[in-house]
Amino acid sequence: MPDAAGLEVIAEELRGADPSAVLGTTFDRGRAEIQIDPSKNIEVIEQLRERGFNFLASLHGVDYYPQEPRLGVVYELLDMTEVDRISLKARVSIEDPRIASVTSIWPGSDFPERECFDMFGVVFEGHPDLRRILMPEDFEGFPQRRDFPIGGEPILFTYNETDHYGKDR
Amino acid sequence: MSALGDYRKREESISYSVESAGMGETHELLSLNIGPHHPATHGVLRLIATLEGEVVRDIKPIIGYVHTGIEKTAEQKSYWKAIPVVERMDYLSYYFNAMAYCGAVETLLGLQIPPRAQYLRVIHLELNRIMSHLVWLGTSALDLGAMSMFWYCFRERETILDLFEMSSGQRMHTRYIQIGGVFEDIPPGFAAKLQKFVDGMPARADQYADLLEKNQILLSRLRDSCILDEQTLLGLNVTGPLLRAAGNPWDLRKAAPYSSYDHFDFKIPVGSVGDNYDRYRVRHAELYESTKIIDQALKGLPEGPTIADDRKVVLPPRHELATSMEALIHHFKLVTEGFRVPEGEAYYPIESPRGELGCFVRSDGSAKPARVHMRDPSFVNLQSTAPMVKDSYIADLIATLAMVDPVLGGVDR
Repeated sequence: MPDAAGLEVIAEELRGADPSAVLGTTFDRGRAEIQIDPSKNIEVIEQLRERGFNFLASLHGVDYYPQEPRLGVVYELLDMTEVDRISLKARVSIEDPRIASVTSIWPGSDFPERECFDMFGVVFEGHPDLRRILMPEDFEGFPQRRDFPIGGEPILFTYNETDHYGKDR
Repeated sequence: MSALGDYRKREESISYSVESAGMGETHELLSLNIGPHHPATHGVLRLIATLEGEVVRDIKPIIGYVHTGIEKTAEQKSYWKAIPVVERMDYLSYYFNAMAYCGAVETLLGLQIPPRAQYLRVIHLELNRIMSHLVWLGTSALDLGAMSMFWYCFRERETILDLFEMSSGQRMHTRYIQIGGVFEDIPPGFAAKLQKFVDGMPARADQYADLLEKNQILLSRLRDSCILDEQTLLGLNVTGPLLRAAGNPWDLRKAAPYSSYDHFDFKIPVGSVGDNYDRYRVRHAELYESTKIIDQALKGLPEGPTIADDRKVVLPPRHELATSMEALIHHFKLVTEGFRVPEGEAYYPIESPRGELGCFVRSDGSAKPARVHMRDPSFVNLQSTAPMVKDSYIADLIATLAMVDPVLGGVDR
């Protein structure tokens, strides 16, 4: 991990290229995180790649309910030469959850982005094949969102089959 | 199924060479469904393969059949109650799942782990790595026609499971690793039994090599098949033995040591070509290295407590409950509500048998995690199957799938 000062140096460099790209930095318990503008994610990632952070260790979604903007897309970048990690977080609103796909940079972000779409409903623009991946295709809703109820699925047995989908068949 | 419908449409865009492939009679493409229930997929994995004769032009993995919503379930449980659920993701490397999750929570809490607990963790993690590789080796060899390997590998695996049963009471999903350390010290007799296993294991691994590496059928099926270079693998975010087989010695145990891995002397096996044979060799060589680590950890096992001494997080010792009111209160609070974790986020990566296993935990200050996400190496590495098997025979697809070693419990979570 870069230390707190190293994180500021990186953030300043990113701000130098585009002052609106970086929204803030957090250094907490050894984890360096840069909050970025979701519309600038590709530019920021390209710059960090030039600095050596050229491996995408993980990509995941987070729901910050009740904070706004609610959804977060977190990129965990890794520099294999310096053995350094940095996290990028882009927050998108629930009304318009759009962010550019990084599949053109890392083809391996295909499945993680599909998972994030499946679980949180974040639309990755430019993704070649954005479909549900873990949930069934006809599933409605985004189950990892904090306001999605647990146990809301009707469990079908022969005795209650007629109360659910079998009713009007 | 609209997935299949979309796929049919996309078939037209698949490029294929004009040279005759397979039988060469026609160039008609055939979509073949493999799975979800097929012994060679090592789990509930479905593949739609596009074939031209016997040559694979493209495969599409369809997953999600064993998705059980573990990440969602973990959000409903207090931190310590989530350990058994996350353990059940990748069912062959349960110690690793627990380690990644506990590591992330410990980072958030700022807990210091006693040295003995770190060594005990290493012993169990490496035993688990051997166990996972043995299951991989046995089932993969079975796919390639070597029946007897399966019995030999499962014989050694049985010894490891007996050791797990001794230290934790369970053979699988042991919940041995706790937040703050390990559940209990190793019982009397464990060290002797483990030492016996460690002394015998290299000879067993030699036997496997003798059985497999002089087998012409196996060699011709693995050598020079389905090569994928290092740069493509890095672009696909692949880690673990698959990346090391292509010559990149990236291993988190060496690169960013956690849980006192820097105390041990071991090597990172790497391949040179990046074919299926190298993938096999790298994992086989890891059996020896893991044995070496266990040997050193057992011989240098420090004395001391096996769990951190923070009464706000760790259950008090059982005997104190009868004498100390404070211990009783702590015990009650921990069991009913659980402990609160300060707000924040942590990502804790470790080297699992299949690559980087990272656990992301977000805490909102309550006693339940607000988000648990596992970066499971099986899930990410599965994407590399399609580029690996492109333009090779369907028999190589089976061999490659075995060598990629995806565990579907980890893929679907």
